Amino acid sequence: MKVLLQLLCGLLITASTGLTFAQGFNTLVEALPEGSFDDRAVIIEQIAESGDPRAEKILSALLAGDLHLLKSDGSIVSLSKAGTDDIATEALTGTEKGVVPRRGSSRIRVNNSLRRLLRTEIGRLTLTHPDPERRLAAAESAFRAADPEQIALLESALQGEAEPQVRTALAEAIAAIVLRQRDAATTRLVDAVAVLQNRGDQEALAILRPIATGDDPALASASADAVATIERSQQLWGLAQNVWFGLSLGSVLLLAAIGLAITFGVMGVINMAHGELVMIGAYTTFAVQELIRSSFPDLFDWSLLIAAPLAFLVAGAVGVAIERGCVRHLYGRPLETLLATWGISLILQQAVRSLFGPNNREVGNPSWMSGAFDIGQMTITYNRLWILLFALAVFFALLYVLRRTPIGLQMRAVTQNRQMAADMGIRTGWVDAMTFGLGAGIAGLAGVALSQIDNVSPNLGQSYIIDSFMVVVFGGAGSLWGTLAAAFTLGVANKFMEPWTGAVLAKILVLVFIILFIQRRPRGLFAARGRTTDT
Amino acid sequence: MTLSSVLLRSAVLSLLLLQFPASAQETPIKVGILHSLSGTMAISETTLKDVMLMLIEQQNQRGGVNGRPLEPVVVDPASDWPLFAEKARELIEGEGVDVVFGCWTSVSRKSVLPVFEELNSVLFYPVQYEGEESQRNVFYTGAAPNQQAVPAVDYLMSEEGVQRWVLAGTDYVYPRTTNKILEAYLLSKGVEPEDITINYTPFGHSDWQTIVADIKSFGSAGKRTAVVSTINGDANVPFYKELANQGVSAEDIPVVAFSVGEEELSGLDTGPLVGHLAAWNYFMSVDTPENDSFIDSWIAFIGDEGRVTNDPMEAHYIGFSMWVAAAEAAGTTDADAVIAALPGTQVPNLTGGISTMLPNHHITKPVLVGEIQDDGQFDVVWETDDLVAGDAWSDFLPESAVLRSDWVDLKCGNFNAETQTCGGS
Repeated sequence: MKVLLQLLCGLLITASTGLTFAQGFNTLVEALPEGSFDDRAVIIEQIAESGDPRAEKILSALLAGDLHLLKSDGSIVSLSKAGTDDIATEALTGTEKGVVPRRGSSRIRVNNSLRRLLRTEIGRLTLTHPDPERRLAAAESAFRAADPEQIALLESALQGEAEPQVRTALAEAIAAIVLRQRDAATTRLVDAVAVLQNRGDQEALAILRPIATGDDPALASASADAVATIERSQQLWGLAQNVWFGLSLGSVLLLAAIGLAITFGVMGVINMAHGELVMIGAYTTFAVQELIRSSFPDLFDWSLLIAAPLAFLVAGAVGVAIERGCVRHLYGRPLETLLATWGISLILQQAVRSLFGPNNREVGNPSWMSGAFDIGQMTITYNRLWILLFALAVFFALLYVLRRTPIGLQMRAVTQNRQMAADMGIRTGWVDAMTFGLGAGIAGLAGVALSQIDNVSPNLGQSYIIDSFMVVVFGGAGSLWGTLAAAFTLGVANKFMEPWTGAVLAKILVLVFIILFIQRRPRGLFAARGRTTDT
Repeated sequence: MTLSSVLLRSAVLSLLLLQFPASAQETPIKVGILHSLSGTMAISETTLKDVMLMLIEQQNQRGGVNGRPLEPVVVDPASDWPLFAEKARELIEGEGVDVVFGCWTSVSRKSVLPVFEELNSVLFYPVQYEGEESQRNVFYTGAAPNQQAVPAVDYLMSEEGVQRWVLAGTDYVYPRTTNKILEAYLLSKGVEPEDITINYTPFGHSDWQTIVADIKSFGSAGKRTAVVSTINGDANVPFYKELANQGVSAEDIPVVAFSVGEEELSGLDTGPLVGHLAAWNYFMSVDTPENDSFIDSWIAFIGDEGRVTNDPMEAHYIGFSMWVAAAEAAGTTDADAVIAALPGTQVPNLTGGISTMLPNHHITKPVLVGEIQDDGQFDVVWETDDLVAGDAWSDFLPESAVLRSDWVDLKCGNFNAETQTCGGS
């Protein structure tokens, strides 16, 4: 290996004419698959320094794990899928090499330290890239690397930069390097501190903290001030972040509990199979995605929108079947209902286990639900944001159905006075089935959302059943607004306690709090009249 | 083989069969399989039941053990810890099995220990665990902490230059003991106490927002940070999803997991997880002829191209081969004889080495660190030069450093080297 490397270095040094230069570059790329990760690091650096226009493309492909060694002729190719076949394209020339047989190629591997190196090197090569996004990424990676050798490069990039966002990022990268070297004039250092103070995040803090206890008094006091300012704003943002986490946990609780608010809250049925209805919704999402993956891959981003009504119908149908087949014979006998629905939950779990297997199933996130964006120092993930909006949409839709539609009116009538409703000509049995089905269908909708953040396994429902009952009881059985308030209260309370007490204790404290609360107010936050209160 | 020799052999064979009554030779040896097929642990344990059925079928095709066929007896302890003890008793007393392969969680193992001791039977336990135990009737074919956790931390320290550590785990005995050992180990390596943070979460935890945000801010203190995860089973999927969504990549803060294998990854889109690590003694991607044929027969047995193999399956493979070898060496499947014959037994593992059963009832295994790939497999980035001997009692905990386990010479699982007595710390 050493000999090969020396040879390569020799090649690079002697490469004076364009032709041999290009050959040197080819040789470098062809040497990538050999040797250890350390050897590969040396070659990557040489490729980056070669000045060859193809360097950035090759390194990006390597970072993405796209470069393969074709076993048949030892050439370096990138693979693309055409149906089930892998088509090889030569990485350097772009010529097609045709279909690769299974196990006919091996990926050129990189590990984490190589990935970091690649990102830094690609960053250096793309500082003047025409795409501002790429320039921004390059400036960010320069900030992280804080490599003193890059400072001239960064300064010249800053000179020619027009995009304000990229300018800031470049200035921050330069400031980070200046502060790391600490051999510039004090005024320049203090300016750099100010730049980082404006950045105001944890990484800036990490650079400033050691300087705040340094020797130079002017610099030390400037950085101490900066650290204090950043820490204050970080605290505020931390508070906002906790509220957001709490709301997002609350939205998950709301989704899980809102169906139960109908079956348990309005009808008074202790439905222990509620969690399994959520699970059925999640498995419906899985089935829809499988179908889309195999038949209509272009529709993948729409999969959740397609799955939502289906999950509602499937879970709703199962709910109606449970009500007609079992629960209706047990009205007014809560203990038997509890046991029977518990049994149904076990049957449903085992049925799903036999049908889909005991393993977790993969439900993908559509592109609009992946990733995150920043507001100030706060990270908001798209999936949590959409779930919050979805939970609120479901809540208000349900409120509308109950308040403004004929079926809602009948449901409320039957709940408040069954005898009178029956006398008025309402088919109470049918309304019972529809109410239970509505609650079950909403549980199915919850399953669609939960499949995005949790495991899709036969046990999915079990982990939510306790929380759901907790929310409904705390909010006051029968009150939708109570459920909403309870879900968000518990979510935010949990998230504010978690940093202090840890996740385990926070959960216990919330439970203790609810028990004490129910002792004081047995009917929950918003006591409502319902069938349970009639009897 | 010529025709005449075939005829001769079959003649001799039929003579033998005539002389010895067939019934005595053909009573099957019963092999108990004690894995949850329902409940929360079914996700992991069902596979182990299947792999045992496959191994038993293969052994029967090779002629069984000591000339007798094997008969699997499967029970379902339903992820219910006390039920494990009940089912173990049913297997040994009711069914009369000679050996049991089973358990996954430490609490299920602890629950069956008294049963195996009382009824004097043999248990093979295939999962990595926290150590601090050595029992006469139990053979531990999974990794002890020094065969998984400690080498993984060594790798992060030396290869990735990690200086700051988040030890995150599910709140039960395995993560708590492992983290105690790791904390003592890190401190002994000169890591500052403020550079270690430990947090525990309940089983099946699904809201990781706060913890991931904490990890992010803990990791931006200017020192290279890694997460050592003993998070169990189902809770891993939402944890990794949250990591990916909050943009924590393996280059910034790598996560090394001890409970995440191929099986767990099969429920996950691994694209955003590329580069996160796991430490095991076996990966499906290991390229050896033994592993290739194991994977081929597993896929043929289960009839599904998409099924994966994982570390505890290999542990059962090793354990089963060892039991067969010991039973044949002893000429019987009687518990005392097999227990005496097992230490020193050597069988090939699937990563190209020879594993040995040690006098402390643990085995020698290689330690591999793998990076998650986008196809749900692991790429081995580091491995120990040699096989590592399993250590029942960790050297990094003061109360267990003095304990020795040796069932051959000392006949004791917790011999105190200071007081020279058998019987604990």
